[in-house]
This record gives sequence, C-alpha cells and structure tokens, in this order.
Amino acid sequence: MENNKPAGLTARVRAWVAGIGVVTVLGLFVAGIVFWGGFNTAMEMTNREEFCIGCHEMKNNVYAEYQNTVHYSNRSGVRATCPDCHVPKEWVPKIIRKVQASKEVWGKITGIVDTPEKFEAHRLEMATREWARMKANNSQECRNCHNFEYFDYAVQGRRGANTHQQAFTEGKTCIDCHKGIAHKLPEVDQSITPINAEGAPPQVFHPPAGK
Amino acid sequence: MKNKSRLFTAALAAALMASTLSWGPVHAEGGLKSLRGAEIQAPETESADPFKAMKDSAPIERDYVQQPPLIPHKTDGYTVTMKYNKCMDCHSWTRYKETGATKVSLTHFKTRDGQELSNISPRRYFCQQCHVPQVDAKPLVANKFKPAEGIR
Ligand code: HEC
Ligand code: HEC
Ligand code: HEC
Ligand code: HEC
Ligand code: HEC
Ligand code: HEC
Repeated sequence: MENNKPAGLTARVRAWVAGIGVVTVLGLFVAGIVFWGGFNTAMEMTNREEFCIGCHEMKNNVYAEYQNTVHYSNRSGVRATCPDCHVPKEWVPKIIRKVQASKEVWGKITGIVDTPEKFEAHRLEMATREWARMKANNSQECRNCHNFEYFDYAVQGRRGANTHQQAFTEGKTCIDCHKGIAHKLPEVDQSITPINAEGAPPQVFHPPAGK
Repeated sequence: MKNKSRLFTAALAAALMASTLSWGPVHAEGGLKSLRGAEIQAPETESADPFKAMKDSAPIERDYVQQPPLIPHKTDGYTVTMKYNKCMDCHSWTRYKETGATKVSLTHFKTRDGQELSNISPRRYFCQQCHVPQVDAKPLVANKFKPAEGIR
C-alpha cells in the first residue's frame, strides 16, 4: 500500500460506482431517504415519556419520585417530561446521547438496576454522570424552559432572588445548586455521619463556578 | 361449556404470552415496609387543607424562651433522608455563609447524654420535628398570649 500513489477523489468515486453499479448507487440513495424518515420517526418515538417508563427500572424508581415534584404537577399545568431534562434538543448532542443510551439497553439486559436496592446502589454513579453532563452544557435543558434573563426578581422568593443575581454574575449554572430537583438524591457527604462518607463529596455536590 | 373452556384456553395462552414477553423480573407493587423489611400498617391519612404556604420572609420573631424558631420560607420538596439532609445543605456551619441562612444552633451538636459531637446529633436530624413552616391561617381559638418579656 505504501508504494501506491493515492488515487484522486473523483477517480476513486468513479471506480467505486463502476464497481457496484449505478443502479445500486441510486438504490442506496433512495434507501437513505427512507431510512432517514424512519430514523426520525424512531427518534421521535424514543423521545417520549411513555417510552422511558416502559422500563420498570425507570418507572418504579425515578418516575415515581418525580411524580411528587413541581415538574410533574404545578399550578400552571406545564410539565417537564423525562426527555425535556435528559435528551438534548440540538441535533449532534441528541445523537450522542442516543448512542450513549445503548448502554441503557445493555444495562437492561444485564439487569444492572433491576431491583430498587440495585438502583440505590448505582444511583450515585448515574447521578454523578448526569451532573457532569449538565454542568458541561451549562444546564442547557433547564435553560430551554427557564430563561434567567427573564427572571422577575420582584416575584421570586427572597432566597432565590438574592442567590440568583450573584450566582449568574459569578458564572454559576442551574445544576450547581438545583441537584435533586426531580428525584431522590444519592448519598451525599455532609460530614454528619460516617454512613455517607463515600457519598458525593463537597467539590462535586457544590462545584465552584465555571468548568 | 365448550365455548367457555375454549375461551379459558385462549386466555391462558394470552397470559402465558404476556408473561414471557414482559421483560425482566416483575415486582409486587405497594405495601409500606420499614428499613428492616417489616410491614407497616399506616392508617389512611387525610389530605392536608389547601392552605397556601407563606411567601419567604425574614426570620420570624420568637415568642418564648427556648422556642424553636419558625421556618420563614417554603419547604416544598425539601427532603430529609438517611442519605441527604436538605435543610443542612443551607443551614450547616460549612454552608451558611454561602447561602445566607442562619447556622444551626450549637445546642444541636449535643447528644442526649450531653456529649458534644462534631456535627448535629441524631436527635436533631429531623428538623421538622421542631421547626415548622407557616401558613396564613387564623388562630383556631382566641387567646391572650403575649411573647416573653426578655425577647419582646
Ligand atoms: C430498555 C429500558 C430503558 C428505557 C426504555 C430507558 N431507560 Fe434509562 N436506564 C436504563 C438502565 C438499565 C439504566 C442504567 C444504565 C447503566 O448505568 O449501565 C438507565 C440509566 C439512565 C440514566 C442515567 C444515565 C447515566 O449516565 O448513568 C438516565 C438519565 C436515564 N436512564 C434516562 C432515561 C430516559 C430520559 C429515557 C427515555 C428517553 C430512558 N432512560 C429510557 C433502562 C432504560
Ligand atoms: C419543559 C420545561 C422545563 C424544563 C426542561 C425544566 N423546568 Fe423547571 N419548571 C418548569 C415549570 C413549568 C415549573 C413550574 C412553574 C410554576 O410554579 O408553575 C418549573 C419550576 C422549577 C423550579 C421551582 C421549584 C419550586 O418549588 O417552585 C425550579 C427550582 C426549577 N424548575 C429548576 C429546573 C432545573 C434545575 C431544570 C433542569 C434540570 C429545570 N427546571 C428544567 C419547567 C421546566
Ligand atoms: C447559586 C445557587 C443557584 C443557582 C446557580 C441557581 N439557583 Fe435557582 N434557586 C436557588 C435558591 C437558593 C432558590 C430558593 C430556594 C429554593 O427554591 O429551594 C432558587 C429558586 C429557584 C426557582 C424558584 C423561584 C421562586 O421563588 O419561585 C427557580 C424557578 C429557579 N431557582 C431556577 C433556576 C434556574 C433555571 C437556574 C439556572 C439558569 C438556577 N435556578 C440557578 C439557587 C440557585
Ligand atoms: C426537571 C428536570 C428532570 C426531569 C423532568 C427528569 N429528570 Fe431525571 N434527573 C434530573 C437531574 C438533575 C438528575 C441528576 C441527579 C439529581 O440531581 O437528582 C437526574 C437523574 C436521573 C437518573 C439517574 C439516577 C438518579 O436518581 O440520579 C435517571 C435514571 C433519571 N434521571 C431518569 C429520569 C426519568 C425516567 C424521568 C421521567 C420520568 C426523569 N428522569 C425526569 C432531572 C430531571
Ligand atoms: C436553599 C437554602 C435553604 C434550605 C434548603 C433551607 N433553608 Fe432555612 N433558611 C434559609 C435562609 C436563607 C434563611 C434566613 C431567612 C432569610 O433571611 O431569608 C432561613 C431561615 C430558617 C429558619 C429561621 C432561623 C431564624 O433565625 O429564625 C429556620 C428555623 C429554618 N430556616 C429552618 C429550615 C428547615 C427546617 C429546613 C429544611 C426543611 C430549611 N430551613 C431549609 C435557607 C434555607
Ligand atoms: C428537638 C427539637 C429540634 C430539632 C430536631 C432541631 N431543632 Fe433547631 N432549634 C431548636 C430549638 C429549641 C432552638 C432554639 C434554642 C437553641 O438555639 O437551641 C433551635 C434553634 C435553631 C436555629 C437558630 C439558631 C440561632 O442561632 O438562633 C436554627 C437555624 C435551627 N435550629 C436549625 C435547625 C436545623 C437545620 C435542624 C435539622 C438539622 C434543627 N434545627 C433541628 C430545636 C430543634
């Protein structure tokens, strides 16, 4: 191979078409369109809450917890569903997340979290990954619905109003402070008892501003 | 008779199908259990009155000596579990400077035998045993209560 001169791009394409035939190329093209349509439909279907809670791992743990929170039921009736917080809306990050989700199918098959006890034991690991993802994208999913530039501090409670203004000038992001907004938290090291000494350490639970 | 048994076979087949198709182990739903697995017979609780929580405010004046201060803010969604104490996320000595909350009283570090611990004692872990949030409700009975002299 090293002795061969690399062929020009057009030449290679022509050789490839000649090799497999024009009809096949056209066929591939049409298949591509069909696949694309089907692909987007599949993407749509897997982006619904019913899909997520089709697995008892998701339904019996995180979904049950989330039902007691403000994002499930509130005075205005606007809900945030699982994909709203967990699946990016932008194309490339969405595909990346979907590919990562193949791990969940594998986890389903191997039964990594198929009992509440196993789920609890694994929660810290999953939560830590999710926090890191949200921290890295500046809590994009939260900000898809909550635009802090339109926060009305006159209406917010005094704790939120006081905290937010300073936090945003320091470059903090929603997930720095709002962990556990939709589910039970894993063990956190609060230096109260030795039981949770292995839990999320302070620098993870309250990370400094910036990345 | 024949029809019925055929129906039954069909139903059985369907049930078998469904059980083989469903993925993974199926759990028995419901039933409250203690941490050690004992069944708990919890009585049906009545739903709370639809009081609106008061808006967050500055600390509320105390009315008597040794009164646990009232909680001057909303506590919706603030959970205290074995794994995490939401109140201490703002009120602990390591966090209060950043959150602007009143730090927990040092009296809370003492066990019932009078031993000083390095953080809150187990008997103070569940804050809402003593500290309660407020709703805007009229007193149930009229009273002439006046706050203690020294803290008026
Ligand atoms: C096939 C069953 C199944 C379905 C459907 C499913 N999940 Fe999961 N999910 C799992 C399992 C199993 C894990 C644990 C994977 C692991 O950590 O190896 C998991 C883990 C997660 C995690 C933790 C991710 C991490 O980085 O550790 C999130 C977040 C999540 N799921 C959200 C969702 C959302 C949102 C949906 C719907 C779009 C969904 N899941 C649909 C089975 C499922
Ligand atoms: C689909 C839109 C949507 C998304 C995504 C979303 N939220 Fe919300 N959020 C809402 C709505 C709607 C409410 C309730 C508003 C009301 O009080 O009626 C709310 C309320 C809240 C509250 C107020 C809680 C309370 O007790 O009053 C907080 C805090 C919050 N969201 C944080 C977040 C964070 C952090 C994220 C990202 C992890 C997020 N939200 C993602 C729509 C969303
Ligand atoms: C520095 C910490 C911090 C950061 C960063 C932060 N918050 Fe908050 N937020 C708070 C505190 C403290 C409160 C008030 C206490 C509470 O609600 O538990 C609050 C309250 C809220 C509320 C309820 C407001 C009300 O009074 O009704 C919403 C909604 C909210 N935050 C959304 C967000 C969103 C969205 C982001 C990211 C753009 C964000 N927060 C970033 C600390 C923070
Ligand atoms: C308001 C945003 C929001 C919604 C809605 C939401 N989640 Fe989450 N989820 C989070 C955050 C934030 C975390 C990171 C851990 C934490 O802070 O609790 C998380 C963590 C998880 C985890 C990892 C385990 C854990 O408890 O940390 C799973 C699995 C998960 N979510 C699944 C779901 C499913 C399934 C739904 C729909 C029933 C859902 N989530 C709805 C914000 C959300
Ligand atoms: C998001 C941070 C935060 C959380 C979580 C929180 N608090 Fe507070 N709390 C405050 C702040 C800040 C104040 C001071 C009021 C003010 O100035 O706005 C306060 C005030 C109080 C006071 C009054 C203290 C005094 O000096 O009179 C009590 C009591 C209290 N909180 C109890 C609780 C309990 C119990 C919980 C858990 C259910 C809790 N708090 C959770 C931030 C928090
Ligand atoms: C057994 C009842 C009890 C429990 C449980 C309890 N407290 Fe208190 N707390 C009190 C009493 C009584 C006072 C006032 C006298 C004192 O300072 O000890 C007080 C005072 C306080 C004060 C005001 C301190 C000051 O400097 O004025 C704060 C803040 C507080 N508690 C927070 C908490 C938090 C957070 C928890 C949960 C981790 C908690 N308390 C659990 C009884 C309790």
